[in-house]
Amino acid sequence: MSTNEWPLWEVFIRSKQGLNHKHVGSLRAPDATLALENARDVYTRRSEGISIWVVESAHIHATDIDEADAFFEPSDTKIYRHPTFYEVPDGVKHM
Amino acid sequence: MQQPALFEYVLRIADDSLILGQRLGEWCGHGPILEEDIAMTNIALDLIGQSISLYDFAAELEGTGKNHDQLAYLRYENEYKNILLVEQPNGDFAMTILRQFFFDAFRLPFYEALMQSPVAQLAAVAAKSVKETRYHLKHTSEWVIRMGDGTDESHQRAQSAIDHLWRYTNELFYENEVDQTLQAEGKVPALSAIRTQWLSTVTNVLSEATLQIPTNDWKFDGGREGRHSEHMGYILSDLQYMQRAYPNMEW
Amino acid sequence: MTQAEKERRFQEKIDKEIKIEPNDWMPDEYRQTLVRQISQHAHSEIVGMLPEGNWITRAPNLRRKAVLLAKVQDEAGHGLYLYSAVETLGTSREQTIDDLHSGKAKYSSIFNYPALTWADIGAIGWLVDGAAIMNQVALCRTSYGPYARAMVKICKEESFHQRQGYESLMKLCSGTPQQKAMAQDAMNRFWWPALMMFGPSDAASTHSDQSIKWKIKRFTNDELRQSFVDATVEQAQILGLTIPDPNLKWNEERGHYDFSEINWDEFWQVVKGNGPCNKERLAARVKAKEEGMWVREAATAFAKKRAMKQSA
Ligand SMILES: [Fe+2]
Ligand SMILES: [Fe+2]
Repeated sequence: MSTNEWPLWEVFIRSKQGLNHKHVGSLRAPDATLALENARDVYTRRSEGISIWVVESAHIHATDIDEADAFFEPSDTKIYRHPTFYEVPDGVKHM
Repeated sequence: MQQPALFEYVLRIADDSLILGQRLGEWCGHGPILEEDIAMTNIALDLIGQSISLYDFAAELEGTGKNHDQLAYLRYENEYKNILLVEQPNGDFAMTILRQFFFDAFRLPFYEALMQSPVAQLAAVAAKSVKETRYHLKHTSEWVIRMGDGTDESHQRAQSAIDHLWRYTNELFYENEVDQTLQAEGKVPALSAIRTQWLSTVTNVLSEATLQIPTNDWKFDGGREGRHSEHMGYILSDLQYMQRAYPNMEW
Repeated sequence: MTQAEKERRFQEKIDKEIKIEPNDWMPDEYRQTLVRQISQHAHSEIVGMLPEGNWITRAPNLRRKAVLLAKVQDEAGHGLYLYSAVETLGTSREQTIDDLHSGKAKYSSIFNYPALTWADIGAIGWLVDGAAIMNQVALCRTSYGPYARAMVKICKEESFHQRQGYESLMKLCSGTPQQKAMAQDAMNRFWWPALMMFGPSDAASTHSDQSIKWKIKRFTNDELRQSFVDATVEQAQILGLTIPDPNLKWNEERGHYDFSEINWDEFWQVVKGNGPCNKERLAARVKAKEEGMWVREAATAFAKKRAMKQSA
């Protein structure tokens, strides 16, 4: 039964220079070095990346789904943060 | 044939790659964990790819209109010039990784030196393969260290793999008149310099892994002359099965 | 919020095509259905490596050898992506795999049929991957986010699997009579098992309705099976192969091909473990796990030692 299952890691890949690392999936590995090597073999077999991050899944902290309303809804009403909130005369350019 | 020595030399590298790739291919679907199954297949694919380029070049040198498959599949056992190390059975994961590690530790400095060859095709294959090999060596070294410095069981398995395989490592540096000819022409590197690099890699990794280099210096060779171990016939009966059972067909 | 209210909101999301994500509230049965379906799917990828893997050392030329290696390797990746999707539902990979090894979890029965000739490798790529793709494309829109994302990645990778199988059969069918016969023989043996891959008929399927309502499945087994038959007939004609079904014919009214009833006895026998290779397949997986145990332990022990050294 469950003995020594390797920890789970989340894999993030930068597909090309200028883009953010993006979450692509997860894998199991005993340590960071092998996690990176496994990520290379599992997630970049088709030239999907030029840089890899791995983070042990247990180290990721996430917002609580039950608090999502409190976390995110307040910003929905702050429409003045978006440029389209403001009216500018038609002739004004470069703005 | 214009350059028999070069032809033979290219076949050696190609055969080493093919037979080791063939062995690694046996693991596919049976690895100790999915991630490592995928990793071993990647190494196998690199090796098969290298062998294709090399057989292409060998076929060109031979000049009888053969293609890479005819060279890879349709020779008799004593015409294969791979070393005995690569034909040894996979055994357990320790045996496979140590076999690969000894090979990679040789192949990396070998390809690095071969990149300087004035023979353009050789230099090109070496330049492409050197990157692949650098990764293989990194990966197998990581595993040698983990097995050596892991549990008692893994340490013991790794050590017995070393003790078993050590006798085959000398052949990595086997030289005969083929090498002498090509070295005199300045086309290929002397293997003695590569042996120094190999030994230093092996010593460093094994020492980090808390593993011992065997003191028994008894060595086997013969592969480069076409004299193989008993395993080779079985490898070829798998490898050549289709080509022998259904001659002259395309697949 | 009451249970009923939660369930209503959940279904509302599904109806609006909003994906369900790992930490969202979901009915227990939704979770269980997903775990069952995704893990079954993952096991199929992994067990599916075995019949084809058997032919890697015997592939007839170097190009085919490399293609087959890359293809079987992809299947390992697919299994891995899917096990990861199961992990997001709170079931670890090891637990999922143990369920396979104990016989509790199932996998696609097709892999309990033997791969006897090189043509079988072509037939597997064409028909088996073809049938799988039919299923998987539909699942790219499944309601559970991690499953859908895994499917998208898998479908991208699968696209070469079917083509390489078809190409390989094309070579046989345009080769010698012996090669052509080998291809036809493979077709004869794999056609029906391929149709069985879509599972029991809708009438006999226990989980279908609820799965459709939750949009875990987007089409029923019979719908997918029909699409597969419709898509494959012409492909077989181009190869010059005969589909082993005397009742296969175009039905103008339905706009689909009619075909014979599947041998459901055989289907259930193989599901229950009595196929030609069930025991061998499972034994190979159990062996890999058991023989890999010391390797996994070694790496864990090493990681612990290093961590201690660092903190010391
Ligand atoms: Fe797949
Ligand atoms: Fe596939």
